Amino acid sequence: MSLATTEATAAAPPASRPRRWAARPGEAVAFALVAVFLLAFLVVPVLTVITVAFQDRATGGFTLAHVGDFLSNDLFMRSFWNSLYVSLMSVVVASLIALPLAYFTTRFEFRGAVLVQTLGVLPLIMPPFAGAVAMGLLFGRSGSVNLILGDYLDINIPFMEGLNGVIFVQSIHYFPFILLNLSASLRNIDRSMEEAAQNLGSHGFRLFRRIVLPLAMPGYVAGASLVFIKVFDDLATPLLLNVREMLAPQAYLRITSVGLEDPIGYVIAVVLILFSVLSLWVSSLALRGRDYATVQRGGGGLARRRLPRGQAVAAYALILLILALVLAPHLGLFLLSVATIWSFAPLPDGYTLAHYARVFAESSQYITNTLIYAGLAGLIDVVIGTAIAYLVLRTRLTGARWLDYLAMSALAVPGLVLGIGYLRTYFGVTLPDGTSVTAFWGIIVLALAVRRLPYALRACTAALQGISSSLEEAAENLGARRSRVIRRIVLPLMAGGLAAGFVTSFATAAVELSATLMLVQSNADAPLAYGLYVFMQSPAGRGAGAALGIIAVVIVGLSTFVSHLVTARGGKESA
Amino acid sequence: MRLTQPVLGRRALAAAAAASLAGAARAQGVSGKVTVVTSFSNDVTAPFKRAFEAAHPGTTLEVQSRNTTAGVRFVQETRSNNAVDLFWASAPDAFEVLKKAGLLEAYRPRAQGIPDTIGPYAINDPEGFVTGFAASGYGIMWNERYARANRLPEPKEWADLAKPAYHDHIIITAPSRSGTTHLTVETILQGEGWEKGWTTIKGFSGNLRQITERSFGVPDAVNSGQVGVGVVIDFFAFSAQGAGFPVKFVYPSVTTVVPANIAVVKNAPNTAGARAFIDFLLSVPGQEILLEPTIRRLPVNPAVYAKAPPGYPNPFNGTIGLPNFRFDLGVSERRYAVVDALYDQLVGTNLEGLKRATKAIGDVETRLARRDNAQARALLEEARALIAAMPVTAEEAASDAVAGSFSGRGGPGPRQAELEQRWAGFARDKYTAAAAKAADAAKAAG
Repeated sequence: MSLATTEATAAAPPASRPRRWAARPGEAVAFALVAVFLLAFLVVPVLTVITVAFQDRATGGFTLAHVGDFLSNDLFMRSFWNSLYVSLMSVVVASLIALPLAYFTTRFEFRGAVLVQTLGVLPLIMPPFAGAVAMGLLFGRSGSVNLILGDYLDINIPFMEGLNGVIFVQSIHYFPFILLNLSASLRNIDRSMEEAAQNLGSHGFRLFRRIVLPLAMPGYVAGASLVFIKVFDDLATPLLLNVREMLAPQAYLRITSVGLEDPIGYVIAVVLILFSVLSLWVSSLALRGRDYATVQRGGGGLARRRLPRGQAVAAYALILLILALVLAPHLGLFLLSVATIWSFAPLPDGYTLAHYARVFAESSQYITNTLIYAGLAGLIDVVIGTAIAYLVLRTRLTGARWLDYLAMSALAVPGLVLGIGYLRTYFGVTLPDGTSVTAFWGIIVLALAVRRLPYALRACTAALQGISSSLEEAAENLGARRSRVIRRIVLPLMAGGLAAGFVTSFATAAVELSATLMLVQSNADAPLAYGLYVFMQSPAGRGAGAALGIIAVVIVGLSTFVSHLVTARGGKESA
Repeated sequence: MRLTQPVLGRRALAAAAAASLAGAARAQGVSGKVTVVTSFSNDVTAPFKRAFEAAHPGTTLEVQSRNTTAGVRFVQETRSNNAVDLFWASAPDAFEVLKKAGLLEAYRPRAQGIPDTIGPYAINDPEGFVTGFAASGYGIMWNERYARANRLPEPKEWADLAKPAYHDHIIITAPSRSGTTHLTVETILQGEGWEKGWTTIKGFSGNLRQITERSFGVPDAVNSGQVGVGVVIDFFAFSAQGAGFPVKFVYPSVTTVVPANIAVVKNAPNTAGARAFIDFLLSVPGQEILLEPTIRRLPVNPAVYAKAPPGYPNPFNGTIGLPNFRFDLGVSERRYAVVDALYDQLVGTNLEGLKRATKAIGDVETRLARRDNAQARALLEEARALIAAMPVTAEEAASDAVAGSFSGRGGPGPRQAELEQRWAGFARDKYTAAAAKAADAAKAAG
């Protein structure tokens, strides 16, 4: 690692810590705008809900008694350790899945690299309910795999049981965070670093371990910390697998019980938020004191080389195997969407297109709404994410790092809490025509943007970490103004990271349900996830729900594909 | 045949409704948008929307689908500038919460011929805040393919579910997550008494495979064959059969009937419209819509059953057996949260321990059926008593010291989290001891 670090910095001037400029007016304004956005749409709404955690029930005054209850309760402490264990193991397994995909597709001449990158994002889009049913039908105790295994070998593998089941599903679901960010980092590594190492006689695995991997660290850490925090805070998967002894499901079950005003649920929410920020801080320590920026842009990243025939076959086989595993849930979803009846059988009883016909007839507005909402949310996220990353890495504004932590804490806020907070804060505010602001669909966009901001933020930060500030200094020395430097130098060089950020935010926003369910006020304004919920409430709607889920997957897949194409072309142009 | 009938029926209904109600509608000046927050699926709401709009030209029914939690929260949070006219859902507890918070408006519908009770259950809120418009019976649903593959006998009674054959094959929703399951648990407790009732509940709970956190999770799991047997409301099973799934359903000889309700929200923007919709729901044409195959709920107007297809269950003539005691709403309300928390702590968080003990007892029981042994039987009885032990008596559960802890406000007793910790520890110890006793019994049985 130290070798790579010195080599990396050798290209930059000796005092190579990113130079920080004093606050300029533009930066101060950006800081203020981002801070106001976060305060208005994250901090205040959430605080209005979770202050219950510190309120004495009788007097309404401040108390730490509930926190004490949390710490002295076996169940909660056990849940805490389970959550920690599952999150760490999920990072390990997700890394094992993501590393080969990212490495082979960026480093070698690989036919279908863009396709692999696109397919690799799809697991993030697991539509609510429908995805769960599909997973159960494939991997559950009476799922296809186990039914076949039971018939031929008389064994039953508990894929979806206990903590290991959670790790299995979470890794499949969230490894794209690592894949996307790592690929973006790998593409940004300067070819000259690698060539220099090769000239000095390094090659093969040593080259990868000492040069490529260390230089890709910002992307990897960004992805891994997202996986960790997301798994730590995720409630859908443990609930789907019926694992309750984890923190997020405990909080959720308590907050959503009708009529029960139990402060412990909110205490857990606070713990989740604090822990997310803490783990982010730890991951930033891992990168501290090292410089990952490279100056020369030797033709857009690592040299791609051709694999020898034998190795190529092995690489393709490995990648196909991984893709088959991680896309199995979507195959299940697809089968469900064309199945007549599928019950306790390896495959559906029959096939039909009726579900798609029903979806297109009844709910085409959901599709347009989703494209608009998730697209806008993704854009907002990339803009704010870039602003925060820039303020943290390139300015000396005190408090910029706090914006980062604040934005990341959104990962730990349950969607329901955010939804309630929005209603509590903004329902009284009326539009000129007398209706509430919350009845305007824009509020759904804001909720989606806040919930998915952390994804874009990590991607933008990793992208900016990979750009040497000496490039910007050079431009400024040549007389360019700051705004022009950002527009002409920084943003184009960040393009890959921005695209990764947009794709993750967009893709996950397209299937968000919990905050949406709270905020949707008319069918005409509802997004796809809401339609899915409505369908999945009746047995006859199962197929239609799956069809809607497949439509979501296709939409997001296509947009991802396009944005990868754009980035790839953009990379060539800048070269 | 089955497909065409309802379509024709719907048209006829709409026409009849239009004829009978159009005059009344004009007289009341019903018009504009009626907004309803509901947890019901599209299959239920769509036919009512069509028929209501046909009966009251000029009105539109705006349906906002939310799950019950989100629906209750929405009404609570938007009270300052309420835009919702009606709250329409199954869960009786949701209405209780809204009523206590003063968010409902009393309305006594004009419909005639609707009795006060179905079996032991009151149909309407005594103060008129909540109106029951339909009922549904609880029962047992199972997947035929799953049952064949796992050689499960056909269940008939609740007691069957406690048999060893069903171990690890049953699914249910937690009472704290589903007001209807809560009502079932409370019915068992009131019908059999606190101690015996809990013994029954823990009996079948020891055979559970899963406790889901949303009601629809149960039929979902049975439909797809993930779990064999589910404790569900009848219409979940009927609509699954309607969609073609290989599932069967049976009402045990004594069952719980759960009312589905509707209420006018306080300060409704369109109170007249809201009332008109309730009146429509309870009118004969409205009640007849409940008979449609996609809805299949039990009308509260006994006269409507005359038009039901043959074999349609009818709680008013004994086709569905109802418990013969008077359901005490007061008792139920006082210990509502306590019963939920007890189930969560004694069964939910301790499910593994309970299952282990139940399995051990079941195994010995099977062996004793072949070769009896008095000493082993005695030990088994001790093990059963350990499982049945309760940390609180019925009186304590309703007391201020315990129930007050769950009110979310200050009370004289310990905080909720402290109590839960105590109960969970109690159950864990008892179940461990019960499993040990069963092991002793196994040794004694030889």
